[in-house]
Amino acid sequence: MSASSPSAPRGQDLPPATNWRRPQINQGWLARLLDSKTFLIIACLTPALGLLMVFLTYPLGLGIWLAFTDTHIGRGGVFVGFENFESLWYDWVFWGAVFYTVFYTTVATVLKFGLGLWLALLLNENVPFKSLLRAIILLPWIVPTVLSAIAFWWMFDAQFSIISYILVDVLGWRDTYIDFLGTPWHARWSLVFANVWRGIPFVAISLLAGLQTISPSLYEAALLDGASSWQRFTRITAPLLMPILAVVLTFSVLFTFTDFQLVYAITRGGPINSTHLMATLAFQRGIPGGQLGEGAAIAVSMIPFLILATLFSYFALARRKWQQGEAND
Amino acid sequence: MATVDIRDVRKNFGSTAILHGVNVDIADGEFVVLVGPSGCGKSTLLRMIAGLENISGGEVSIGGRVVNDVPPKDRDIAMVFQNYALYPHMTVRDNMAFSMKLAKAPAEVMENEVKRAARILGLEALLDRYPRQLSGGQRQRVAMGRAIVRHPQVFLFDEPLSNLDAKLRVQMRAEIKDLHQRLKTTTIYVTHDQIEAMTMADKIVVMHGGHVEQIGAPLELYDRPANVFVAGFIGSPAMNLLPGVVQGGAFQPDGGGPAWPLPPDARASEGQRATYGFRPEHLSLLGEGIPVAVTLIEPTGSETQVSGRAGGASVTGAFRERITARVGETIHVMPDPALAHLFHGETGQRLNAA
Repeated sequence: MSASSPSAPRGQDLPPATNWRRPQINQGWLARLLDSKTFLIIACLTPALGLLMVFLTYPLGLGIWLAFTDTHIGRGGVFVGFENFESLWYDWVFWGAVFYTVFYTTVATVLKFGLGLWLALLLNENVPFKSLLRAIILLPWIVPTVLSAIAFWWMFDAQFSIISYILVDVLGWRDTYIDFLGTPWHARWSLVFANVWRGIPFVAISLLAGLQTISPSLYEAALLDGASSWQRFTRITAPLLMPILAVVLTFSVLFTFTDFQLVYAITRGGPINSTHLMATLAFQRGIPGGQLGEGAAIAVSMIPFLILATLFSYFALARRKWQQGEAND
Repeated sequence: MATVDIRDVRKNFGSTAILHGVNVDIADGEFVVLVGPSGCGKSTLLRMIAGLENISGGEVSIGGRVVNDVPPKDRDIAMVFQNYALYPHMTVRDNMAFSMKLAKAPAEVMENEVKRAARILGLEALLDRYPRQLSGGQRQRVAMGRAIVRHPQVFLFDEPLSNLDAKLRVQMRAEIKDLHQRLKTTTIYVTHDQIEAMTMADKIVVMHGGHVEQIGAPLELYDRPANVFVAGFIGSPAMNLLPGVVQGGAFQPDGGGPAWPLPPDARASEGQRATYGFRPEHLSLLGEGIPVAVTLIEPTGSETQVSGRAGGASVTGAFRERITARVGETIHVMPDPALAHLFHGETGQRLNAA
């Protein structure tokens, strides 16, 4: 059926067409150059490659080189082979830092993922003020690390700690203030807590994005298939979340393992070197201590751990068989 | 297998009413199609039968048992979703066996059931593939296989063919119908495509705006639409519906032009506002018929559709014979009065007797 109105048929009262045609334009040399694929590849890659070389490859190479020299600040060094690593081998402070780095990374990552996943699942439900809640949850991540570190420093202060105040003066559960940062294990757990607080938003928001890619009809199908809510989580949510979980886990492990700011701002590695991470110890030895070679050697010894973590997530958690094959949709 | 009774079922989302008291009786083994334009509530009704939406009012019973408060898994139904909802991380075999796995069925039972369903659907060679590696039609079949293995009392289909291309849709239509004839399971099928409804259904439920407009066998709806909505919805190309008045024993369309012959069983008084309906295929070329100025000619091969204007009315005809007329020329046509329909001008209800 035609859609025209009962009045005049369409096209009768149009103005006459002009005979304008798109003119042929002769391109200048610049336009031709910008159309050249070779030129574009070089022009687009050069800045990126340049930045990578100057700010990534050169410092990394210099760091590795320094690790094999006895350079001090203000005095160029000579190549000493593995001497720096040998002395680290017998250095209990270094091994303490290795221990605490692994401990810090493991505990913080487990907690971040446990709580982050829980938060993501909660936010994926229909809760009121969802977008507001999401924004609030992102806050710890937005605050500059040093700022939040200073806030935690106050919260963990031996005299002015609000946590102690609540426990002792408000609730009356304790008689004495807790010395959060004065004893090794208290300090270690306090830093882990601060790191978890800071790291949860990244995990929660990333996993929430992953959860939202799972089609709700899969849950409905599972509901009809007779799956309980726990079964829906283990059989549908968990396997479908695994690919994004692997990526987020890798990043989270890398960031936590190389953490510096939180620890350096709150404890500077103390008390008695108990909270030194490898990154803070490397800095401590290299810059304030002046032993650039030894500091570089500590930093370089992080590399095998990082490669291991990356390989693990790459092989153990990366693309599953079901993700392969072409999509037809 | 079971009957399904839908009694005065209502659905509200907040203060918005989606379904206003729907009544449908579905007999054991029947293939019922819920059809209507988007937003008419047909999918909501199906999801309420499945238990995926709760029922705001009224009763749904399956096999004589009221299931309003029965959780979906205990309603003994299986559903095929529009996007198939196959578990992407499971093979075809695991997709089909998932419900049995959850019910802790013995391994040999699972294997048997999956094999049987795969044979029925021609999926034997694909059991170890993942959904991503399948074509649209194959995924559709897996989704049906997942339903078959459960031997449900009722199959529910939610627009299962809308993601397929036209040719595959025709093929799957036949397959679903064939499957129903073999399994004889009560089936409720939702679609917005009236051709699917006409070709597959034992009984069609036409829905519009949360109301049931008409329930009946496909040809019943085609021959005797109960109101203007059903008349315009069922049939392709759509029925010609001309607004106007009954005058001097004939129908006078708005905007002037020649009068149209009333159906012999029309019960209309002189001067009454009415809508006159006739199907394009019931229009024939006749030398002394109503003149129509041709505005569009659409040959489809088997027939030719011609649109044009008769006075103030736009009409469409579908002719089996080849039309030699061109756009701008005039042809003379006449509808078969015995096959014409007259509807009330305000209520839209059918005015033909019986």
